[in-house]
Parts: sequence; structure tokens; C-alpha cells
Amino acid sequence: MSKTRTHLATPETDVPEFYQTDEHHPEGSTMLGFWIYLMSDCLIFAVLFAVYGVLGRNYAAGPSPVDLFDLPLVAVNTAMLLFSSITYGFAMLWMEKGAKARTLGWLAVTGVFGAIFIALELYEFHHLIHEGAGPQRSAFLSSFFALVGTHGLHVTFGIVWLITLMVQVSKFGLTIENKRRLMCLSMFWHFLDVVWIGVFSFVYLMGVLG
Amino acid sequence: MSSHPHAAAQDAADTHHGHSHGHEAGHGTFRGYMTGFVLSVILTAIPFWLVMSGIIESKALTAVLVMGLGAVQIIVHMVYFLHMNPRSEGGWTVMALIFTLVLVGILLSGSLWVMHHLNYNMMPMSPEVMKNMP
Repeated sequence: MSKTRTHLATPETDVPEFYQTDEHHPEGSTMLGFWIYLMSDCLIFAVLFAVYGVLGRNYAAGPSPVDLFDLPLVAVNTAMLLFSSITYGFAMLWMEKGAKARTLGWLAVTGVFGAIFIALELYEFHHLIHEGAGPQRSAFLSSFFALVGTHGLHVTFGIVWLITLMVQVSKFGLTIENKRRLMCLSMFWHFLDVVWIGVFSFVYLMGVLG
Repeated sequence: MSSHPHAAAQDAADTHHGHSHGHEAGHGTFRGYMTGFVLSVILTAIPFWLVMSGIIESKALTAVLVMGLGAVQIIVHMVYFLHMNPRSEGGWTVMALIFTLVLVGILLSGSLWVMHHLNYNMMPMSPEVMKNMP
């Protein structure tokens, strides 16, 4: 259908240009496709949240959230992820203006905030396991590590993707392909922040509340 | 589209034909991002403050407020960071979102409901008994 529309809209267009526009065509659906991937990812997290909701109170006579969770640390972690969201937003704004250096700069800042988030989370996990509150201790801790660990893995892969794109952009510039990739990573990154809202509200705050 | 100085030339061909571009859905403004950021900071700070200070006596009310503010913040992120609007991609993103939310709703409420009743119907067990379990 789009082919005919393309053809009708520019009847004078010669054949090579017609094919060129057609090559760009898949781009229009990339964002929707990526969004549907994010929705499926959302279902993975929903399942993990449901598991945590069911098992989150089964302490097996072990430690409970009140004993384990360090809210100031979680608050700093939340702040890191929130800062990384806004700095990624700035990178996107500069990308739209075509400012390559500033885009790369803000992407780097985003990556640093993401890395601090991961570092703090690993510190927390290490601390918990060191205290004997590892994933094998109780159903609560199994589901906790599964949910928060899956989110952490997503952020880790987001950082890998971010670095990859920074190399791409610095080598090939803000081409239309790189812009599309940055758009996808933008959605992915903000989506992870949305999931984290669920984690800190439902797991940490509700857990400490008792 | 107009704010694309570089891509304008490449994009011109596509936009002429009226293709709905993914780009259009992803455009934000500095003002939009800052509004979203400030709202998020407020909506994050309040629940943390509520729980850490324990200012409200009733735990149930605090829990409702924490989850409510979390839900509002998710909407703020959707609108200001993910640039959700009913028109992007001809409404398909919102359709996908609604479909997902329905599934998530069934999944979460169904799991909690069923498993709560399962727990309710199980034999009661004290922590002492549990400690001596194999």
C-alpha cells in the first residue's frame, strides 16, 4: 500500500530514487516494533513482580526487609537512575540539533550515572550475600534477587549498548541510522527507570513499611 | 521534524509521502524533560520521606500513598520521558500499552488473589516449626 502511495505522491520521481525511499521505509516501523519489545519486557517484569508479591513475605524464619534494606542507599540509587534519565533526555535534545560532541558528552554522563547505579547495586548484593542473606536463604530473597537482579542486568546491557552507540556516533556521526538507534536506547533507558519506580515503591518502601 | 537540520534532506523524501515516522513520536523539548524531571524528583522524595520518617501513623494509608505516588510517577515518565501520546504511530503504541496493562493487571491481581487464598487454606505454621523443617 505504501508503495502505491509513494508512487502516487511523486509521479515524476525516477526509478533509483523510488527504490531509495523504499529502503528507508522500515525505519518508520522500528519505533513501534521496539515499543512492542519493551511491552514484552514489561511482561517479564510483571511476572517477576507477581512472584515477589506472592513470595515476598515468606522469610523462612530468616531476615525480613526491615532488617536488610538500607533506604538511604536505595534513595541514592534511585537518584542516580533519575539523573541518568534526564541526562539521556539532554543527549536526545542535542542529537536533534545535530550537535555530535554535546550528544556524546551527555551520553557519557548518562553512562557514568548508570555505572554508579550498578556499582551501588552490586555493593548492596555483595553486602546481603556476605550477611548470609543470599538468594538461597528464603523465598523472599530468591524472588528479591530475581527481580532486582533482572533489572540490574537490563541496566548493565543498556550501558553496553550505550558505549557501543557512543563509538558508532563518534566514528560515523549522527547519521539517520545512529539517530534511530539512539531513539531506541532512549526508550529502553526510560523504560528501565519506569520499572525501577515499581521496584523502589513495591519492594523497598513497602518492604521496610512492613 | 523541523528541528532536524541535518536529517532534513534525507527525511524530506519520506515525509512528503506522509509516512508516519517513528522520529515524530520521540521528540521532546527541554521544557518537557525538565517538567518531567522536577515532577519525578517530587514524586520520588515524598514516598521516601513518608516511609523513612514514619510521619503517618497508619501503615495502610502510607502504603496506599506510596503505591499511588508510584503509579503517578510512572504516568509522568510515560508522558514526559517516553513521549507517549494517543497519536504516536497512529495510536498503535497506546493500543500495545493498553493490551500490556490489561495482561499485567490480570497477571498481578490473579497471582496475588489465587496465592493468597492458597496461603489462607494451608495449615498454619509458626516460625519455630518452620525452623525445624528439612
